[in-house]
Amino acid sequence: MSTEATTPKPVELVNVQIDGVWYQFPKGTKVIEACSQAGKFIPRYCYHPRLSTPGNCRMCMVELGMPKMGPDRKPELGPDGKPIHNWIPRPQISCAQEVSEGLGVRTDSKMVQDARKGVLEFLLINHPLDCPICDQAGECRLQEFSYDFGPAKTRFLEHKVKKPKRIQIGPRITLDDERCILCSRCVRFMREVAKDDVIGIVNRGSYSTITCHPNKTLDSNYSLNTVDICPVGALTSTDFRFKMRVWFLKETKSFCTSCATGCNTVIGARENLMYRQTPRENNDVNESWMCDYGRLNFHYLNSPDRLLAPVAKGVNEPDWTAALTATASALKSLPPSEVALIASGKMTNEELFLAAGLTQALGIMLHDIVPHTDAGDDILLSTDRNPNTAGAKLLGLCDANAGSKLPAIADGIRGGTIKGLVILGEDATALGLAESELRKLEVLVTTAMLPNLTTASAGYVLPGSGFAEKRGSMVNKSGRLQRLNRAIQAPGLARDDWEILTGLTEAITGTSLGLATIEDVFKAMSAATPALTGLSLSKIGDLGVQLPIA
Amino acid sequence: MPAPRIPHPREKRIVFANIDREGYTPDIACYLRNGGYEDLKKAVKMAPAEIVAEVKTSSLRGRGGAGFPCGVKWGFIRPGETKPIYLICNADESEPGTFKDRYIIHQDPHQLMEGMIISAFALNVHLAYLYIRGEFPQGAQILEQAIAEAKEKGFLGKNILGTGFDLEIYVHRGAGAYICGEETGLIESLEGKRAYPRIKPPYFPAVLGLYQCPTIVNNVETLCHVKHIVRMGGAEYAKIGKPNNTGTRIVGVSGDVVKPGYFEIEVGSMTLGELINDLCGGLKPGRTLKAIIPGGSSAKVFRAGEKFKIKSKAADGSMVETEIGVLDIPLDFDTMAACGSMAGSGGVIVMDDTRDMVEALNNLNHFYAHESCGQCTPCREGSLWMQKITDRLLAGGGVESDPGLLESVSNNIAGKTICAFGEACSWPTMSFVAKFPEEFAARAKKQVPPPTPPEFLSETLIGAGH
Repeated sequence: MSTEATTPKPVELVNVQIDGVWYQFPKGTKVIEACSQAGKFIPRYCYHPRLSTPGNCRMCMVELGMPKMGPDRKPELGPDGKPIHNWIPRPQISCAQEVSEGLGVRTDSKMVQDARKGVLEFLLINHPLDCPICDQAGECRLQEFSYDFGPAKTRFLEHKVKKPKRIQIGPRITLDDERCILCSRCVRFMREVAKDDVIGIVNRGSYSTITCHPNKTLDSNYSLNTVDICPVGALTSTDFRFKMRVWFLKETKSFCTSCATGCNTVIGARENLMYRQTPRENNDVNESWMCDYGRLNFHYLNSPDRLLAPVAKGVNEPDWTAALTATASALKSLPPSEVALIASGKMTNEELFLAAGLTQALGIMLHDIVPHTDAGDDILLSTDRNPNTAGAKLLGLCDANAGSKLPAIADGIRGGTIKGLVILGEDATALGLAESELRKLEVLVTTAMLPNLTTASAGYVLPGSGFAEKRGSMVNKSGRLQRLNRAIQAPGLARDDWEILTGLTEAITGTSLGLATIEDVFKAMSAATPALTGLSLSKIGDLGVQLPIA
Repeated sequence: MPAPRIPHPREKRIVFANIDREGYTPDIACYLRNGGYEDLKKAVKMAPAEIVAEVKTSSLRGRGGAGFPCGVKWGFIRPGETKPIYLICNADESEPGTFKDRYIIHQDPHQLMEGMIISAFALNVHLAYLYIRGEFPQGAQILEQAIAEAKEKGFLGKNILGTGFDLEIYVHRGAGAYICGEETGLIESLEGKRAYPRIKPPYFPAVLGLYQCPTIVNNVETLCHVKHIVRMGGAEYAKIGKPNNTGTRIVGVSGDVVKPGYFEIEVGSMTLGELINDLCGGLKPGRTLKAIIPGGSSAKVFRAGEKFKIKSKAADGSMVETEIGVLDIPLDFDTMAACGSMAGSGGVIVMDDTRDMVEALNNLNHFYAHESCGQCTPCREGSLWMQKITDRLLAGGGVESDPGLLESVSNNIAGKTICAFGEACSWPTMSFVAKFPEEFAARAKKQVPPPTPPEFLSETLIGAGH
């Protein structure tokens, strides 16, 4: 996990000496954070900047010195004009201590080294040391700190404590109590963040064991965050464990597209397969968390049913140019008043911008997006399950009331006044249209990743890409512009959707849009959209940009 | 009722004045016949700050084990505090070798009530808790009875003695954990949680105690002393004992003496030797002294024949250094600390030459490994490790490096834990190994570790919640 905490607004700065160098920190900063900011990383297990501080692991101990006070109650100054310290003879935890004026910290003295070595030895004596078969290996803090600060040899000749292993503590989580170092991060997360206090510690002393309350399971929609914050291999994701060694994973910064919150993520992929996504810290969006629903909503990308080649006039057409030309001429054969376009709130801004261009090229007046809503919560999950409703509104694909035109489109199809439909990344049967009604359409064009009832009825199917397979931007529910990065390639002949829409528009108009890259699309979009003025994909950065919209 | 036991002439009974008295009963009528609640009547006529000042003047030190000055602790409550202030009586007497509070609770509960009511009045407390260990079920009943009686007579409840001062006292029973005697663990337990001690800073009870409000936690005996301080006046009380080691305290002697038991003595008025030989009738016939644990099982052990250099003030005010033996150590807080141990909770455990020190340490290690709450790493893992090492020494698997390992493990615990349990569980090992090296060496002779024996019992142990 990331170690930066939100430091409070600098109200008052205090002088702190860390390993001989004086720094200034805002009052209220924890010593452990101050040391990190000074480039002196303090190992820690139980401490997490977003959870309460129990101080139980004893890993973050440092040597602290209080300014030595003279008889006049003022600090005595050394030859350098700085306070002299009275060093506390015992190591102190740095996670609970706040900086104070004149405080001295030693992060690497003999006392500190010995304390760390002692704590690590204690943590290791009853740990199974099964790194070769442990899924956490490679991202395990116990492994890392043992190498960095721990003793080289064991002095433990006794039997280790036996505890429950391979416990399905919840539908998505497997628990190995022997690996647990009882830092209580998971317990505190469930109590303080997920507000579902179902796990706790039973038994005493070295026999202490993490477990679930009787007749309960760890089934919160936020349960997998406990896996992220577990510093060891005690809590592992049942979905991910044993699928791939973490050091093989290529990491790509992205965000979750399962709802309008847009939690920032890191995608772990290898050899063009996505294995997992984990939350990435963003104080303005998701802090350090994400929900299980969003996190696990990616396996469809690896589905064997993915659409691999375009379809034109109802048959496979592996030549994209031919497919797009055929699609364009089919659409042009109908008067604009008889064609509607349904876009998706799951599309990127760039795709929506090009979809808007497509409506203009065809002269389509009737267009909208399909709202997707479901129960949300007051933590992260939004009732709006479209990740880019705000972008669709911004780019004019729908009005303020997304989906308001859908009944008119459905009625038009049923009544025969609409004879052509372009539906991008959505299933038209979701509008209440039967397959038989879809088949009445003279021209049905769709972009899709997976087969559905619309692709089954459509004469023109253009296979597109998923969120991990493309670049582009979206706007979350708070108006924050965020960026997708490509982690894997789309399978088969499937294309990036912006390329499909550019190709289709060019085939309709017969003129080039002059868009060679996604950057060009963004440039054209920002030039046409006041809210995006001056921005570029690279300027969005890893943490996104707040747009001047509600 | 236990058989009446006549106090030894060298005792000075103040708190224990009514303990084992012929015909003395724990009901309020008996207490009132003996002048009970007169000190409360006196106290409510005083200003609360006056009572605090008297306690400060008395130099009363806490009788729970740490010996922290009671007046100083009370002084941590900020004047003009707006949050409610709580008083908790710590009746979780669990330190092995300690048996004093239980007699007050069982035989003279109203003395404790009066001490608590006076203290609550002095500290502006309107809600006080009496946390009693689960193993004292009868004590809890007696205290409930005493509370009901005191309420009926107007010493407790609304408008106490017509002063307008209200106080409720609730008895809360523990569930059998040594750590509940640690004040912040006790507070957590009282709040309905696992008794995991809190980190200090920031959770000093006097600032962020029970329900994050200022809280004073005092031992049973300490609160009883408050009553007598009000009666005598702080200055008069301070004349008992020695400067900074004032008053009387109850010591409980157990182990290899002819007459084990409890004695209330003036602090510093006698030596360990006098306690053992005069008050307890000496060692059993034909035995010689081997070791003394002077202040409850956590205190560092003394070896018979040990010598200590003590600095003290001579008549002319200069500091002089004198050498004293174990049996010459006066029973007070400061000298005991100067000799490297502590007066602790007053539980003196005497061991004679028939005792095997490895076995004795193993016994203590079992206790501490069993009672470690398991919250913080060094104590959780270290206490069981030390137990397993001494288990192995006793089973014949001792390796030459074991005494050094025991010393190192205990050093890695002490001073690195959330609460004082770290010291409590490591000091026995530290001192036993240091002071009886030949007994440990005799059991730690193997050059290489023996083959690990087949595993036994651990699963069933877990199942049993040990």
